[in-house]
Amino acid sequence: MVVEPSALDQTVSDIVQRHGFLPTRLLQILREVQDRLTWLSPEAMDAVAVEIGLSPDKVRRVAEFYSFLYTAPRGSYDILFSDNITDRMLGNRQLLRYLCDKLGVGIGQTRADGRVSVGTTSCTGMCDQGPAALVNGYALTRLDKPRLEQIAERVESQTPLAQWPREFFEVTSNIRRADLLLGRHFADGAALRAVLKQGPEAMLEEMVKSGLRGQGGAGFKSAAKWLSCRNAPGVVKYVVCNADEGEPGTFKDRVLMQDFADLVFEGMTLCGRVIGARHGFVYLRGEYRYLLEALQATLNRRREVGLLGENILGEPGFDFDIEIHLGAGAYVCGEESALIESLEGKHGVPRIRPPFPTTHGYLNQPTVVNNVETFATTAKIAVEGGAWFASRGTAESKGTKLLSLSGDCERPGIYEYPFGVTVRRVLEDCGARDAQGIQMAGPAGHMISARQFDRRICFEDLATGGSFMVFDQSRDILDGIRNFTHFFVHESCGFCTPCRVGASLMRDLVTKVHTGHGTRYDLEEMRKLGRIMQVACHCGLGQTAPNPVLDSLEQFPESWVRRLRSTAFEPAFNLNAALEEARRLTGRHDPGAYLNEDELLLGVMP
Amino acid sequence: MNEGQNFTLDGRPLPFQDGQTVMEAARAAGVYIPHLCFNPEFAPHGSCRVCLVKVNGRVQAACTTPAAAGLAVQSETGELREIRRGILQMLFVEGNHVCPACEKSGACQLQAVAYYVGMLTPHYTQFYPRRPVDASHPEAVIDFNRCILCELCVRASRDVDGKNIFAVQGRGIEAHLVVNTPSGKLGATEFRITDKAAQVCPTGSILTKHQGYNTPIGQRLYDRKPISVVGDVAQLPESRGGRRHE
Repeated sequence: MVVEPSALDQTVSDIVQRHGFLPTRLLQILREVQDRLTWLSPEAMDAVAVEIGLSPDKVRRVAEFYSFLYTAPRGSYDILFSDNITDRMLGNRQLLRYLCDKLGVGIGQTRADGRVSVGTTSCTGMCDQGPAALVNGYALTRLDKPRLEQIAERVESQTPLAQWPREFFEVTSNIRRADLLLGRHFADGAALRAVLKQGPEAMLEEMVKSGLRGQGGAGFKSAAKWLSCRNAPGVVKYVVCNADEGEPGTFKDRVLMQDFADLVFEGMTLCGRVIGARHGFVYLRGEYRYLLEALQATLNRRREVGLLGENILGEPGFDFDIEIHLGAGAYVCGEESALIESLEGKHGVPRIRPPFPTTHGYLNQPTVVNNVETFATTAKIAVEGGAWFASRGTAESKGTKLLSLSGDCERPGIYEYPFGVTVRRVLEDCGARDAQGIQMAGPAGHMISARQFDRRICFEDLATGGSFMVFDQSRDILDGIRNFTHFFVHESCGFCTPCRVGASLMRDLVTKVHTGHGTRYDLEEMRKLGRIMQVACHCGLGQTAPNPVLDSLEQFPESWVRRLRSTAFEPAFNLNAALEEARRLTGRHDPGAYLNEDELLLGVMP
Repeated sequence: MNEGQNFTLDGRPLPFQDGQTVMEAARAAGVYIPHLCFNPEFAPHGSCRVCLVKVNGRVQAACTTPAAAGLAVQSETGELREIRRGILQMLFVEGNHVCPACEKSGACQLQAVAYYVGMLTPHYTQFYPRRPVDASHPEAVIDFNRCILCELCVRASRDVDGKNIFAVQGRGIEAHLVVNTPSGKLGATEFRITDKAAQVCPTGSILTKHQGYNTPIGQRLYDRKPISVVGDVAQLPESRGGRRHE
């Protein structure tokens, strides 16, 4: 799109003015400028820099960092296919090629007439209703060829998105099992009335009793976090809701924001009362852009009925309000300090810790950052009491957990279980009859095989933020692993050496083996590289990036071994059988006298 | 300030002052912990990960870990040497580092640290990125092939020189150093060879023009003694281009 210089300046000026010329609003401003102009030209970025009073390189730094901000021209219709392994299982690659052929555009390219661009993006959180995509940032679900034909027609006829059929954009919640959090009715304002009646100290006591731990997966005690922030010196404090649900395979926060936004906002407001904060932010991942208007409407309604704003519920001095910030395609911003950087309008590189956000968070002020599910749970605890929540779960993992089920199962969707549920029980409930393995807690979590299906989902055993992707016997595990290594290369922020470089090295090693060019030596190289990344990286992203590779080497050695070239090691005879005579002579029949073939082939010392 | 507080580094008690990091305390005591993005004149950056040490059993960057009484810090262990070597190898394959053809060879901190951690080959597959050299400036040449993204020139130009000439742009493996002008050329900036930014590069990325090989190979900064004895390039007088004589 060609925009006259004066018109461009006016467009930028209006947007920047609406955001109060605030540098903390830079990411929001760039999103809006791009919405108007389809991409961020050097002129547009310079105009933004001038208007806000930032140096141009700072604006460019942000524009180049986020996947959904473009510093090169894109089509008026920008279509990005979600490329999680669950989308691939549902045939997204064929659909992607189909649409590209239909539109006459290459994958990752913009058509010469500037009408349309088609590419891929990291998991958009629609794993239970994929294959999914985004068009100009809005979620598309349940793609198939007939639907893509209709989409291609509308692109060619330049039909505005507002006139596309609503069902293209329909996002269903698919709640399959409800327990403490999703089960009982919640009356808006009940948690705030409870905290006003009992006082913040008593409320913290209930939180302690509840045993609630961060539901994003890290599992830090929520009461301890709130107390630390409450006690931290500082006049201005902040409440931040982490709705940057980027872990591939998880979508429970999307459902909470869509169906239970009041509960989440109420939990945030409760937190504000307890720690003494007046400002709250929801950091909503860019992929959930479609929720923005509804969430704004909910915030407005809460303001009208006195549940947000000044003197909440008529209580003098109980002031709290919530602002929504949109992300723009950066998984690393799910890390709380990177999220805070992004909230401040910057590129999302994780901070050096300590100090931690509870003392030095947003604008270096004390800040509580909690996951969506955590805030929703605190609102329930405020009403029902800590003991009510602690009545479920295990010794170290009280209460319940939302799981996002996807992949090879009959009933994908949201399942709420008490902590301690076995993997096997979950598989039975969702109709996964033929599971060979589970990617638990997303690519950053752990891959487990059928041998481990009696393990329990809880902090003592398998901790999770909620992602649960099922691979049945027909799948090649390595397809998933390779997909995950690409994901981490794309999402590495590039700050520290072992993640920036190591992620690419790992992807290349995995690709080498997957395409039949690897040897046993390469598997050992993956192990060594993975061990370096696990301990050496600056943040959790890089530290967990090698997990799928390392786990699958342990759990699915045969998937790797059958791909290997025999040049490095060619078993010419059965070594175990050859040792039988020695075993008979020595009379040894203990496990140590037998060779495990998988370990032998992979060069693992028992 | 509390007097007489200690932590241990490789079993040896090390005093520290409040506010010091493990790296700063070690430097003050004359104990070398290898590093690249750390420079005592600047706030810790923590990006290169070369200074990793084990603190109470957990691997952390020495430059960003606050010293505290009773910490048990390990540095010179086989395990850490292997990790550091791996990180150096990653830096070497990410860029294009051809030591025999580099004017900085022998006076290069990257090369010296690589020797210190026992790196003899790049080991990993080379990325061979295409990065053009910028020779547009009359006094200096920038060879982006040798940049390791330590951001010392970025920090020096912004915080000391007040010129903000350099920046890192891009994400992940696409991250790269740029010159902050519309043309991207150093010649279009206010950069001078006397700038702090010209003196902090731990590699041969920013070189002075018109004075190559003044000091013969073999007589350069790190040719006769290891970096653990000699110290950082940037902390030595007249170290640019390897002019320091032993």
